[in-house]
Amino acid sequence: MSEIINVENVTYRYDDEDQRAALQDVSFSVTKGEWVAIIGPNGSGKSTLAKTINGLIEPDNGDVTVGGLALNEKNVWSIREMVGMVFQNPDNQFVGSTVQDDVAFGLENLGIPREEMIERVRDALDKVNMLEYAEREPARLSGGQKQRVAIAGIVALRPAIMILDEATSMLDPQGREEVLRTVKEVKEQENLSVLSITHDIDEAAAANRVLVMRDGQMIQEGTPESIFSYGEKLIEMGLDLPFPERLKASLKKQGIDVPQDYLTEEGMVDWLWTYVSKK
Amino acid sequence: MMEKLIFGRYIPGHSFIHKLDPRSKLMGAIWFIIIIFLANNWLTYLALTVFVLTAVKLSEINPKFFINGVKPLIWLILFTVILQILFTSGQTIWFRLGPVVISQEGMLNGVFIFMRFVLIIFMSTILTLTTMPLSLTDAIEFLLRPLNAVKVPVHEIALMLSIALRFVPTLMDETEKIMNAQRARGIDFGEGNIYQQMKSIVPLLIPLFVSSFNRAEELATAMEARGYKGGEGRTKYRQLAWENRDTIVMIAFGLLSVGLFLLRT
Repeated sequence: MSEIINVENVTYRYDDEDQRAALQDVSFSVTKGEWVAIIGPNGSGKSTLAKTINGLIEPDNGDVTVGGLALNEKNVWSIREMVGMVFQNPDNQFVGSTVQDDVAFGLENLGIPREEMIERVRDALDKVNMLEYAEREPARLSGGQKQRVAIAGIVALRPAIMILDEATSMLDPQGREEVLRTVKEVKEQENLSVLSITHDIDEAAAANRVLVMRDGQMIQEGTPESIFSYGEKLIEMGLDLPFPERLKASLKKQGIDVPQDYLTEEGMVDWLWTYVSKK
Repeated sequence: MMEKLIFGRYIPGHSFIHKLDPRSKLMGAIWFIIIIFLANNWLTYLALTVFVLTAVKLSEINPKFFINGVKPLIWLILFTVILQILFTSGQTIWFRLGPVVISQEGMLNGVFIFMRFVLIIFMSTILTLTTMPLSLTDAIEFLLRPLNAVKVPVHEIALMLSIALRFVPTLMDETEKIMNAQRARGIDFGEGNIYQQMKSIVPLLIPLFVSSFNRAEELATAMEARGYKGGEGRTKYRQLAWENRDTIVMIAFGLLSVGLFLLRT
């Protein structure tokens, strides 16, 4: 599989005076069509890392390559065409005066002809199920709907990579689920690579691979299953415990011998009924 | 809070005036304000009144809204009218008391000024009630475009205008939230003398400013991430369409102007 993002030994300091670098010697790569989640406590450098990928931040040291192009002054706009970013606050990234204007904003920037723009806007809004809201103004949308419009704005650009920078953190559980489902569907349809930065356990569980950051360093890497098997240590990593882990911890307190490996909800149900029937 | 704002008081509809291109409406309204100063006798004012009432009728909007548009300004209008009546001297003097003179000319002048005010308000009300704020910014951008030649950043002005409009309701919501949060901490808004009232605004104003700065930064980052690099090489999603009815309206304005020229004394 081909690598679409490659970050090598990236170091970045917001302020030269700073003792601690926001990113210290970070290296990782994402292959095409992969969903990678980056987790870590606040201030661990996750968002900074996301911004280095589309050139919003220029690293002090190290190389970033996106889709075969090295990130530099010359390539930055071509790279931004490949990378779509959805940010945290749905209100502050809504540029257009109506839903369709906002989706069209990125296309206007690229100088796409109007006929194609109309078609792409419709198509993108249809993909996120917001077509009937095309004429609405942002003030009349819910947070989840605004985030879906932000996703549509990215989908319309047909990027190869979508970065979600805590895109679900300001939403209620329903809106969060809605947005994640939308991203999953779009990812399958368009074979996108997704890089999601999150504190949300479900979002991390949906990923193919999880990277853990702390104090600007990449400290762990693995499948969600292997990361979730850290149990209690997950809280230090800035994540919540998944429900099966919480159940296991409570059972352990009752003196029940539980398996060490991470179990999904179905796995937990299987284990529970075998355990009960053996008794 | 939103109801008090003039912007966004757009009333959706499908009348002849609603369907007009915002450019023709904006140009018409501005032109009307210029030519109204040509009028100086009964006939010209009659022509203008007939013209405005026809437009009101065509907009299919409840006349109540127009009366409401005049209401907040009524004291200013009456004040100006009364000053005109009292201090215009003329040939046919009806009453004199020191510097105060009531003459036939003064009376007439007062009535004309009253009509001038009302007609201008009616015309601009037609514009704001039948045009979406969004279309208005499009029209402003189009009409300012010639200024590009003298290095006026028209695209930037239009972008700022449309972002400003888009954030009006968002900032209103936030103002309300901060006010309530500060009330919960014991701040009385609108209480006490002027000095105290001004002082109580500070805990509202500063957080609002700070959050606007943060908003601006986040918005700029999001715009850049979506490939915004300035006005050059951009295409436009919204397009204005000039149709026959717009030409008809322009012709009507032309005829009105010529008519005023001929009828004025």
